[in-house]
Amino acid sequence: MPRRDDIHSVLIIGAGPIIIGQACEFDYSGTQACKALKEEGYRVVLVNSNPATIMTDPEFADRTYIEPVTPEAVEKIIIRELAELKKIGTDGKLVLLPTLGGQTGLNTAMELFRTGVLEKHGVEMIGAKADAIERGEDRERFKELMLEIGLDVPVSGIAHNMDDAWAIADRIGKFPLIIRPAYTLGGTGGGIAYNRDEYEELTKKGINLSPVNEILVEESLIGWKEYEMEVMRDKADNCVIICSIENFDPMGVHTGDSITVAPIQTLTDKEYQIMRDASFAIIRAVGVETGGSNIQFSVNPDNGRMIVIEMNPRVSRSSALASKATGFPIAKIAAKLAVGYTLDEIPNDITRETPASFEPTIDYVVTKIPRFAFEKFQQADPTLNTQMKSVGEAMAIGRTFKESLQKCLRSMEIGRAGLGGDGKGWRVGDTVYGDRDILPRDLITQKLTTPNAERVFYLRHALRAGLTVDEIFELSKIDRWFLTQIQQIVDCEEELASVGASA
Amino acid sequence: MAILALEDGSVFHGKGFGASATSCGEVCFNTSMTGYQEILTDPSYKGQIVTMTYPEIGNYGVNPEDIESYQPHVSGFVVRELSPVVSNWRSSESLDAYLKVNGIPGIEGIDTRALTKKLRVRGALNGVISTENLSDEEARQQAADWPGMVGADYAKVVTHKEAFAWEEHEQPNEEFTLPQGADSSPAPPPLPPADIPIVAFDFGIKYNILRCLRRHGFKVQVVPATTTAEEVLSYQPAGLFLSNGPGDPAALDYAVRNVKELVDHGLPTFGICLGHQVLGQALGAKTFKLKFGHRGANQPVKDLESGQIEITSQNHGFAVDDNDLPDEVQVDRINLNDQTVEGLKHRSKPIFSVQYHPEASPGPHDSQPLFQRFRDMVAKV
Repeated sequence: MPRRDDIHSVLIIGAGPIIIGQACEFDYSGTQACKALKEEGYRVVLVNSNPATIMTDPEFADRTYIEPVTPEAVEKIIIRELAELKKIGTDGKLVLLPTLGGQTGLNTAMELFRTGVLEKHGVEMIGAKADAIERGEDRERFKELMLEIGLDVPVSGIAHNMDDAWAIADRIGKFPLIIRPAYTLGGTGGGIAYNRDEYEELTKKGINLSPVNEILVEESLIGWKEYEMEVMRDKADNCVIICSIENFDPMGVHTGDSITVAPIQTLTDKEYQIMRDASFAIIRAVGVETGGSNIQFSVNPDNGRMIVIEMNPRVSRSSALASKATGFPIAKIAAKLAVGYTLDEIPNDITRETPASFEPTIDYVVTKIPRFAFEKFQQADPTLNTQMKSVGEAMAIGRTFKESLQKCLRSMEIGRAGLGGDGKGWRVGDTVYGDRDILPRDLITQKLTTPNAERVFYLRHALRAGLTVDEIFELSKIDRWFLTQIQQIVDCEEELASVGASA
Repeated sequence: MAILALEDGSVFHGKGFGASATSCGEVCFNTSMTGYQEILTDPSYKGQIVTMTYPEIGNYGVNPEDIESYQPHVSGFVVRELSPVVSNWRSSESLDAYLKVNGIPGIEGIDTRALTKKLRVRGALNGVISTENLSDEEARQQAADWPGMVGADYAKVVTHKEAFAWEEHEQPNEEFTLPQGADSSPAPPPLPPADIPIVAFDFGIKYNILRCLRRHGFKVQVVPATTTAEEVLSYQPAGLFLSNGPGDPAALDYAVRNVKELVDHGLPTFGICLGHQVLGQALGAKTFKLKFGHRGANQPVKDLESGQIEITSQNHGFAVDDNDLPDEVQVDRINLNDQTVEGLKHRSKPIFSVQYHPEASPGPHDSQPLFQRFRDMVAKV
């Protein structure tokens, strides 16, 4: 299918100022999209209030608005640009590509849709339509949709009294359970119950606090394995997986704060293919017509039960990683798909001879490690949870996981040469331990149990303190495959140390 | 120490695993990132020493469900790094232990990327793998002396020796599914009745082909590669299936003759991989050896009629030549990477075949609708 000739100008909304959770990754995708669309001869109109982005450099768009990324400002820009098109004397349309500017860009576009601005001015959204974005972003609708297409979601139920609540607890069958009262401000009164007593207490409190005396009880997935799939779809309904990702940190830590590894390491082909089929079923059911989506899954390590966590119907943080990890430029291809091309019509950037309608297969391992700056945010709680706290990340490629992990730790600019053994000390509060000191066991236990920025280093401390892989797994739920790889690095350190000592 | 030597004189030293053994074979590479157990047990790899390009292998161990035939068939297995631990809830043993029990030597810790690049430039090379302290000199000699794959009829070696009804086999036919939570609909649909009898030629058939056929309501009689057309017809089949398998398709003149007779008899026919090559020859086409085969799970195939693209699982070193195809045979699918023939169909008779593996295992499920196409085709006749 050829590119669309009815389009004259494409409006791209950038991500605005940098905040935690939305930084240069969306400049990366937006810049790629600008380049790809210009290459196709479209006029590119860009809105972004952040001048420290590459996309706002003069050569990337035909017209750049350094204006607030708000619905009001964007509406004014739309009016101005439509007048511009009239002046140029073209019949071509102005369209809006909302999926490449992160959540801010997407929210702004959706706001313009909901308030009727897009309809009023006849501006079409390309890439993903508003109803698809809604289906992907609205948690309840998404969950219902998943059940409709036969996929699995956390077991849950709504309770108005203790009898309901016990029935739900029985149906789920195990603790911990998550309690969320309905319509309380900021979810006040919710929590996690680890046993019957806590459950009864939280349930009663939640029902009382809720103005409609209602709570949602949901099974907890904390400690389950977490996976991500980067999917692309074109308008001929060809779907491909660009990259599969396994999180080193299990469920409970935001993916942006997790160490992540590509490709998936611990699923058999049968299990991987089920996840692949599910990814395609999801992008089709949600209705993202063209472009990329990121879909997150959780897998029970004991029986393989696979749960759909969420989908981002847009280019996401992981897309930049997946692009660099595989050489498949997701944002660039997404932009071309949005204007009508199909995957087999776009050449593969790496081979130049074969088409983009393939699934990258790699002969290396990619590791990404988040970078934190808690020293700059003294009041912030350094415990990692479902709210993203990292301020950056580093990625490394190695022929083995061990190589990529060590390389990535060296890339973090935190002064370490890897997991340890580099002669540098370890600061814990006011105490400084030597590089090869054995740290106190209660400190190690605590650092393994509660996710934190240094946890990966405490895996080394734990192994050197004599904890076994199984003991560390029980505390951290980090997969034994990863733990054994770290064990091998520690073994190597010990071997080198003993050679050094005897020399 | 273990050794891998190639006919061009190059030698790789690594650490042995699996069985203590020495064996010759054609060294090839597979680019799938998952599915090593299915690859090991795929009879199409008979006579081959398989290198995985993905470096971390053995991570999820092996289990009793993911087998594709009665035993592993590779001559040897080459990996960059063998996992020292197994991490998967379905695993029953380690890859190392599995290969040991099955007498297959493995080598790890060699530069599989350098090996793959060599194979990509030179094409598949004969080689020897040994975990028995073979000297470089002995290894080179054995690699050079091995006769090679061209003209080799391995189908005769791997085919079941006796005909059998798949229904009586102990393999489960239901689709592999994961446990679901209480809120989700229960998974696999029950099997439909097996109401269409067909005969499947076993040139080295994968179990998942048989499972897929059964799931589409076929009652499958599996027959050895050398079965005559007359014997096939004695089962009164409504359709004919031609399986995948190892070796040089040009060596299967007996099968080509039998298939030609059955096709002329009017049996609706579906062929996969080697079966596609046998069918191609029966219809008057020729086959040739690819410089380096297609082995992996990410090969893009275009359906020339619908324009749709399937990401396919492939494993073949030979292909059907699209020159001099008889007029009644049409190429309906091509590989988007090198434009080679991926699918054939007869213009007037109910006959079609694909070079790739719609049964996947390992690989994507994109091409599963081909089994329904076969069902519809047979049901119509």
